[in-house]
Amino acid sequence: MSVLALGSASPLDLPGQARPLLARLDPRSRVMAALVFAAAVVWCQSVAALLAALGLAAGLALLARLPWGTTMRRLLALEGFMLLTLATLPFTMGGPAVVHIAGIGLGVEGLHRALIIVLKANAVVLATLALIGAMELPALGHALARLGLPLRFVALFLFTVRYIEVLYRQYARLRLAMRARAFRPTACLHCWRSLGHLIGMLLVGTLERSERIHAAMRCRGFDGRFHLLDEHRPGRLDWGFGAVQAVSLLLLAALDVM
Amino acid sequence: MAHIPDGIVSVPVLVAGAVVSLGGLGMGLRRLTPERVPKVAVLAALFFVASLVHFPVGLTSVHLLLGGLAGVILGWAAFPAIAVGLILQAVLFGFGGLIVLGVNIANIALPAVLMGLLGRRFLARPTLAGIIAGGGAVAATALMVAVCLALSGREFLVGAKLLVFTYVPLMAVEAVFTAAVLGLLVKVKPEALEMSS
Repeated sequence: MSVLALGSASPLDLPGQARPLLARLDPRSRVMAALVFAAAVVWCQSVAALLAALGLAAGLALLARLPWGTTMRRLLALEGFMLLTLATLPFTMGGPAVVHIAGIGLGVEGLHRALIIVLKANAVVLATLALIGAMELPALGHALARLGLPLRFVALFLFTVRYIEVLYRQYARLRLAMRARAFRPTACLHCWRSLGHLIGMLLVGTLERSERIHAAMRCRGFDGRFHLLDEHRPGRLDWGFGAVQAVSLLLLAALDVM
Repeated sequence: MAHIPDGIVSVPVLVAGAVVSLGGLGMGLRRLTPERVPKVAVLAALFFVASLVHFPVGLTSVHLLLGGLAGVILGWAAFPAIAVGLILQAVLFGFGGLIVLGVNIANIALPAVLMGLLGRRFLARPTLAGIIAGGGAVAATALMVAVCLALSGREFLVGAKLLVFTYVPLMAVEAVFTAAVLGLLVKVKPEALEMSS
């Protein structure tokens, strides 16, 4: 299992099983669906609509067959990120106090605002993991190119994805070698320096590797672009999915306005 | 929280972030000549992998951003390289939202490029260059994230101020680390530092 695979079903891993519904969509549809969903969620302002949006995102996660454990860990990490920013809101936004902690009232407006942000952030992340994260990354790169991103940027993206795998394996090898010599990460200068040397080693090796790649690519006439040979066309499934999503988001907007 | 999730930042800040990001990507891509694509990509991959390494600090741990180092080695080409990394982190790990991607790219890549270019002027003294590029980029990122939050609503002001303090350990680790790596590069592979000229 590689560092980049979210663990979602790649068709090769599941002999005899049908691919998840989302995996059969055109990659472009998935990217567009994620962007439109995120924009709609950011626009919504009511708790009811955002709860519904979170429900939709959970539905997408089921359709993509996201692995439960990993997904929950990602969402927990997200709550951790937001904790500091959101924890201050109930104290700073005023409104009638609902709870008193150590003599300081927690304002109802701040709690409401914090709840809205938590719902929005989680809904978007869950939908993004389902729609884009579970996709194979080269497919994502091609979708970005077909959606009009500069080919040079897409070439950079595809190259990077390829070499993350290679470098991660190299990193894991070095880390294993350190562990074999009884290295344990703790907060001390020696430890920081050892990790620094680890990444420095990777960097020097990487720079040399990049020279070899450059030479090899030049032999093959590389001009900074990858030519896209696959011809995806959105099929009936894509139009159907798009229609269902459009209706869901309109209902969401209606719920929000009510 | 260098990766702002969706739902916090206000629309004007979103637009400003997107404009800055597109401008920076334009600058970066123009300098990303075909022969440099493999080199920039391999380094972008390295920075992505390095950001998975957690450094223990006291009871918590921090992961490196390495933006300053990328800026020193790649110059403006660090902008698209960092953008690729952030896109991957957003879609694979849910670090940062989709609609705020422009803001997040601007907050991390712009300080990386500017402090990196500043640090390059001091390469004769790698320790100083590392402190300027590594520590400086993290400090500027912290400041920009805080400003984005504060501009999105008065209610975030207190949280934004607290946030700046949480970056102090990372700033220290990153300054030490960048200085060490630059020292190593100047000794072992000085030609790598000529790339962005």
